[in-house]
Amino acid sequence: MRGILFLHELRQGKGNLLIWTATIGFLLAVCIFLYPEIEGQMGQVSGMFADMGSFSAAFGMDKVDFGQFMGYFAVECGNILGLGGGFFAALLGISSLAKEEGAQTAEFLLSHPVSRRQVVLQKLLAVLAEILVMNGVVMALSFLSALAIGAEPDWHTFGLLFLAYLLLQMEIGAICFGISAFLSRGGMGIGLGIAALLYFLNLIANLTEKAEFLKYITPYSYADGAEIVAADSLEPAYLTVGLCFVLAGIGAAFYWYERKDVGLG
Amino acid sequence: MDGIRTENLTKYYGKTMGIENMNLTVEEGDFFGFIGPNGAGKSTTIRTLLGLIRPTGGAGKIFGRDIVSQNKEILSLVGYMPSEIHFYGGMKVKDVIRLSASLRGKDCSREAERLCDRLRLNVDKRVDQLSLGNRKKVAIVCTLQHEPQLCILDEPTSGLDPLMQREFFSILEEYNRAGTTIFFSSHVLSEVERYCKHGAVIRNGKILVQDSISRLRETSAKRVTLRSEAVSQGTNSAMERALEDSDCSGCVKDVQENGDTVSFLYSGEIPELLGMLASLPLTDLTITEPDLEEIFLHYYEEAKE
Repeated sequence: MRGILFLHELRQGKGNLLIWTATIGFLLAVCIFLYPEIEGQMGQVSGMFADMGSFSAAFGMDKVDFGQFMGYFAVECGNILGLGGGFFAALLGISSLAKEEGAQTAEFLLSHPVSRRQVVLQKLLAVLAEILVMNGVVMALSFLSALAIGAEPDWHTFGLLFLAYLLLQMEIGAICFGISAFLSRGGMGIGLGIAALLYFLNLIANLTEKAEFLKYITPYSYADGAEIVAADSLEPAYLTVGLCFVLAGIGAAFYWYERKDVGLG
Repeated sequence: MDGIRTENLTKYYGKTMGIENMNLTVEEGDFFGFIGPNGAGKSTTIRTLLGLIRPTGGAGKIFGRDIVSQNKEILSLVGYMPSEIHFYGGMKVKDVIRLSASLRGKDCSREAERLCDRLRLNVDKRVDQLSLGNRKKVAIVCTLQHEPQLCILDEPTSGLDPLMQREFFSILEEYNRAGTTIFFSSHVLSEVERYCKHGAVIRNGKILVQDSISRLRETSAKRVTLRSEAVSQGTNSAMERALEDSDCSGCVKDVQENGDTVSFLYSGEIPELLGMLASLPLTDLTITEPDLEEIFLHYYEEAKE
């Protein structure tokens, strides 16, 4: 049964994937196409954007130049892809294992000669694949949109941004996937809640130095568009902590799902 | 080799007992009925055998393979039909059947086609548009298409009309003749009596009795209800006297009087019952299967003794 479940998952999720990809892709494209129009006005207002005190700090607008395409792209599009992609990944992860019991298909699935380990593995790979596809398409769309408006982004930074958001989504996806193993139904609220919480933790961490430790908890710290443009690199310390979260989530999923009582009517 | 053998199999959900010290033996090739009321532990037993839930005590083997450590091997030999049937939304019948086969790594298309023809199942319909009967048909195809050595069905006929029930059992009988061991749970005594070679009665997570169906039937009582035109107390006592005088007074249990009717559980020989009844001025007489609860009571008391 090589990859049967993986393919089945992708088939089951393709409608969802299409909607999320189209929505996020569309918003990013709109955002990019708006740039030429605001570019002219930006000269005057970018100073103001950077000058709104803690509000600017929260969104990183004090670090980048809004008059530059990369600055604008990192903050505006970063929020769309960071928040939208975060929600998307959270929902994928949280529902992956739990939906079988929620929809009562777990008995069907697990009465086939498929080991629990294979179920977890193939479902995990499906979640990651869907995240990859969404990001791939969205990145291609952004790339083409940027070319279309004649913007000249720094391709290295551009790629780095998308890499950061990809890693962010994988981390949120993996954490939610781990939680999914413990749930026996939906859990959408939990997923969205986690993504939103992590997002706001980063905003808070940006506001005050006292809360900087929060940056180690939330993946939005290494996927902070303004920081990435300013530093032109990803913060290894945050990435390392993120990797630990990923491993913990995946480990928990394997550990618990193999021991779990499934299909209690 | 035994098809199924459990030794003191126990499952607690936290502190709540699911099944306790269950010793169940199903021979290979048997047609086995597992009878019990709702909540008796039938599904818990089945799910434990299939590895969906883990036993908290005891052990179980299917075809000599351990239900915990050799779960995957067991599942490849078993076809399982759950009591409630749910499929993935948006899939067509043929896709579900094919998914089930491919999860087993087998090409079962020929057998699947035969079963679908036999059940007159429209494979191009979407599963979420199917009636319960048709959903069960899809499930039975998924359960049998890989020609399992053991077929486990949890309340397979609940919600089906009698015609469809008969169709289901005739298919199961075919497979059984070809060597498949059939194990199904039910709360309908008559279907177990009719189709099974052996059976077990389960209540409150424990097996009360396990025997061949013919033996179970011998010990099973009938509910006899008598009605007499004379409503007077005198006639009723005449009935009671007749009951007491007959040779089979020990076979009468649970006497209930209600106006002009008397009803009791009778577990003796039928001719003796008829002889006794002949002497009474009856206007109406019914002899029925006792309901399941009464049979359990019967075995329950026996178990206590």
